[in-house]
Amino acid sequence: MTKNSDTTASIYKETLLAGLWRENPVFRLLLGMCPTLAVTAAVKPALTMGLSVIFVLVCSNIVVSLMRNLLKPHLRILMFTLTISTFVTIADLFLRAFQPVMSETLGPYVPLIIVNCIIICRAEACASKNNLVVSIIDAIGMGVGFTLTLCVLASIRELLSTGMIFEAKVMPDWFVPWAAMSMPVGAFITLGLLLGLVNRLTKGKS
Amino acid sequence: MSTFNTLLLGFISIVLINNLVFTKFLGICPYLGVSGRIDMAFGMGMAVTFVVTLSGTLTWIIDNWILAPLGLEVTRYVCFILVIAGAVQLVEMYVRKFFPSLYESFGIFLPLITTNCAILGLCLFINLWGIDNLLEAVVLSFGAGIGFTMAICIMAGIRENLKMVDVPDSLKGAPITLITAGLLTLAFMGFAGMIR
Repeated sequence: MTKNSDTTASIYKETLLAGLWRENPVFRLLLGMCPTLAVTAAVKPALTMGLSVIFVLVCSNIVVSLMRNLLKPHLRILMFTLTISTFVTIADLFLRAFQPVMSETLGPYVPLIIVNCIIICRAEACASKNNLVVSIIDAIGMGVGFTLTLCVLASIRELLSTGMIFEAKVMPDWFVPWAAMSMPVGAFITLGLLLGLVNRLTKGKS
Repeated sequence: MSTFNTLLLGFISIVLINNLVFTKFLGICPYLGVSGRIDMAFGMGMAVTFVVTLSGTLTWIIDNWILAPLGLEVTRYVCFILVIAGAVQLVEMYVRKFFPSLYESFGIFLPLITTNCAILGLCLFINLWGIDNLLEAVVLSFGAGIGFTMAICIMAGIRENLKMVDVPDSLKGAPITLITAGLLTLAFMGFAGMIR
């Protein structure tokens, strides 16, 4: 009995850690690139985006996991997107009511969480095959991994484009802001270099 | 004449200046995933163009003629995604029937057009920009598809040449593609401000 609960615990731990690093959605699986690039001009919108994604991911994983035995193969994706879009509508209305400025900044990228590949991928790869607890843990791991990645990318971009992090000045006065970093160019190139760095780090390990 | 001008300007602006891939970061997944070969990129572009034109038009009609009068804007996202999924299903059946070899090579990427952000993104942007006539919505949707096709074909062309280049090991694959994409957006920034 103890051994059994031990293995369950280790499965939970594995699932949680997988999302954070080994199967990090952005760096390792290359999922959810659009919001990753679009909202990372500054840390604040990136964090908001990450939290909304965690909320939607956890809720949709719960629902998908509960109805996993009722799913028909050819209607699967449709059911996933319908579930997800319902929760995204909730998140969007919530942001509009309590964070109007942030909602304005993020604009259409909040509803675009519907088509964020991470959520569909987790519904398909995890929630539709596993029980409730594993699905929730997986959602949290993936969501936190995604949020952390967004924040790393956003801090680099915000620091170099304005000299500030979280709207607080960090860089010394002589620092000349790199305007390009807040533009699409900065997003693509920073993410490309970060991916290269991650590739290098993981290669050294194995 | 002035209507024609507005439409033409709208078309040029969505293809070159407000290109969904380069300025709005939409449709990045297929843009990175399917841009390995130019013929596949072109096929993907065409499929997306078809779906985006169809769903852009339909969502505009649904949004303005059904949801707005009934006050059901809350269900907008659910309706949009249903329309898109339906349109993708149509394309999938058509391609499987008439171009089986193309269908094979697309694999998972064909049903994934449903989750192509460019399509839902465009429907949302049409709504956000407050486009108030049907013709303009159709032209914009079609233009967005053409813009996507152009972007993915340019990228595929570059990547075909990139195969012969000695790229540092850790940058191989996605990283170098992203950096290339970054340089491309830099080039397309030259069009910014051409039309106000």
